[in-house]
Amino acid sequence: MLEIAIRHQRGNFLLDVDCSATTPGVVALFGRSGCGKTTLVNLLAGLLPAQQGRICVDGQVWLDTIAGINLPTEQRRVGYVFQESRLFPHYSVRGNLLYGAQRQPDAAAGAAQLDEIVDLLALAPLLKRRPASLSGGEKQRVALGRALLAQPRLLLLDEPLSSLDAARRDEVLPYLERLRDQLRIPMIFVSHQFDEVLRLATEVIVLDGGQRVAQGDLSTISRAPALRAIVGPQALGAVVDGWVQESETPGSGLTEIRVGNGTLRLQHRGAQSGQRVRVQLLARDLILATQEPHGLSVRNQLRGTVQSISADADSDLVEIDIGGATVVARITREATLELQLQTGLAVWVLVKSVSIQGHTYSRPTAPAN
Amino acid sequence: MTLPGEPELQALHLSLTVASRSVLLSLLPALAIAWLLTRRRFAGRTLLDAVVHLPLVLPPVVVGYLLLLLLGVRGPVGQWLEQWWGIRLVFTTNGAALATAVMSFPLMVRAMRLSLEGVDTGLEQAARTLGAGPFDRFITITLPLMLPGVLAGAVTAFAAGLGEFGAVITFVSNIPGETRTLPLALYSALQSPDGDALAARLALLSFGLGLAGLLGAELLSRGLRRWLGR
Repeated sequence: MLEIAIRHQRGNFLLDVDCSATTPGVVALFGRSGCGKTTLVNLLAGLLPAQQGRICVDGQVWLDTIAGINLPTEQRRVGYVFQESRLFPHYSVRGNLLYGAQRQPDAAAGAAQLDEIVDLLALAPLLKRRPASLSGGEKQRVALGRALLAQPRLLLLDEPLSSLDAARRDEVLPYLERLRDQLRIPMIFVSHQFDEVLRLATEVIVLDGGQRVAQGDLSTISRAPALRAIVGPQALGAVVDGWVQESETPGSGLTEIRVGNGTLRLQHRGAQSGQRVRVQLLARDLILATQEPHGLSVRNQLRGTVQSISADADSDLVEIDIGGATVVARITREATLELQLQTGLAVWVLVKSVSIQGHTYSRPTAPAN
Repeated sequence: MTLPGEPELQALHLSLTVASRSVLLSLLPALAIAWLLTRRRFAGRTLLDAVVHLPLVLPPVVVGYLLLLLLGVRGPVGQWLEQWWGIRLVFTTNGAALATAVMSFPLMVRAMRLSLEGVDTGLEQAARTLGAGPFDRFITITLPLMLPGVLAGAVTAFAAGLGEFGAVITFVSNIPGETRTLPLALYSALQSPDGDALAARLALLSFGLGLAGLLGAELLSRGLRRWLGR
C-alpha cells in the first residue's frame, strides 16, 4: 500500500495531494507540464525537503512531519529513473549498474541479481562500455537497470521516455512493460503522454494545478471529464481491457479480442490466446447505428446500450455499455437528434480494425471466466 | 669555490621542495573552501571569498609581513608553535612552503571551484537515490568528476610556487640551502658583481621548468578527461 499526503508550497504554486494506491502495480501520475508531477516525485524520493505531509510505503513510514520522521533519500531505497539518464560518466555500464547494488544492506543479493536484470533489459553487449558511447534509449535502459539493482521498495520513473525520439521510445517501452509484468516492484510512472500511460499503468492519478483531480483504473479514468480537459477532444477515448480469443485468425490474419459481450478484431501480432490486451477506442473513431448495419467494410460491430449522453464542446459524447465495459463515441448533435438517441436505447458500435491498436497488458493468463 | 652548477641545483631542489610542500599543504583546505563557496549558502560567505582572494591583490611583501607578525618568533601563533610543538617556521624551508601556499591558495581554490560548478548535481542526486551517503557521494562521484580542476589547480599552484618571491623573502629571508629558491637565488646572483652567468642559467632553468610543467599538466589532464568519459 502506498499512502501519500503532501502539502508543499513553492512561490504561489501549492501542491496538495492526498491519495493511496495498492501495491504492487504501476501508478501513473498524469498531467500537463507544470502540474506538480516532478515535484511530487522528488518529495517521494526525499530530494526536496518536505514542508508538511506523510509518506508511507508498504508499512514503512518515510515521512511524517507531525511525528518528526523524515528518512533521508539514501535510506528510502527508491529506484529513481530520471528524465535524463544521469549515468555516472566515469563508471562503465557495469559499474553504473552495480553502484546501487553495492550500497544496499544485502549487497551480495544485489550483485547476484545482475545477470537477471542484464537479461531482462538486454544489457549484456553494453556492460563494458562507457555511458558517453550509448544511445539515448540504451542510456535509459541502463538507468532502469541501475535503479532496479538497488533493490528498490518503490520505483520512480519521471518521464523516462520524454528525452527520446519516437523510435527510441518504442525501443524502451517494451522493457518497461516487461518490468511491470515480471517484477513485483511498485512503480510510479510520471508522464504527460497518455499513450504511455495506456501501455503501462494499472492505476492513474490525474494531477492538475497541484491537485489530484481524478484517480482510478485506466478504463474509468479514460472516460473521466478531468482527463478530457488535459488530453483535448481529439485524443479522448475509452480504454477497455480484453483478452485474446484467437490470435491471428487463419484467413483474415486479424486477432480476435473479447471485450465486454463483444469481440474486437484487429491487427495485433504475436499475441497468445488468453493474453490480456488493452485497447483504446478513440471517441472520434466510433460510429453508432440504431439498426444492425449490412454491407460495410467496417470489421467491428459491438452491441450495446446507451448509458449517458453529454454535451462536450460542439458535439455530444455518448457512453455505451457493451456488457461489462464502457466505450465513448463522439458524434454530432444533429446525429443524436436524428437517431433519437436516449439512455437505454440499444445501439451498434462500429469501429474500423485499422484504427485501433492493442497493447499486451500482462504475461499470458487464463481468461477470467 | 663551489662546483659549477651547485648553486643552481641547490636552488632548483629547494624550489621543487617548497612548491610541492606548499601544494600538499593547501590541497585539502582548498578543496574544503572551494566546496563551501560553491555548494553552501551561509552568512559570511562573501567575506570568506574575499579573504581567500586577498593574496591575489595584496603586495606579496604584505602577505610575508603579516605571516611574520603572526608566525614570527614573537608572534602569537609562532610563540605557541615553538613552545608547545617545537616548530619554528621563520627562516625554514617549511616556512617558505607556507608562505608559498598562502600566495597560491586563491589560484587553487579558483580552479577547483570552476570544476565543481561543472559537476552536475543531478548525478549526486542519482547517487543519493542509490543509497550513497554524503561522504560516499563526494568520494565516488563529485571528486572524480572534478579531478581535472583539482589537477589544474595543483599544477598552477605548483608552477606559481616555484617562483614565489616577495612573501618568501619577507617571511623566511634568503638563506642558502634553506630558503634560497630559484627566484631568490636569481635575485642574489644579480646583486653580486660576477653573478651574470649564474643569473642567466637560473633564468633559463626557471623557464624550462615552467614550460615542462605546463605541457605535463596538459597531457595529464587529457588522459584524465578520457578516463572520465568526456
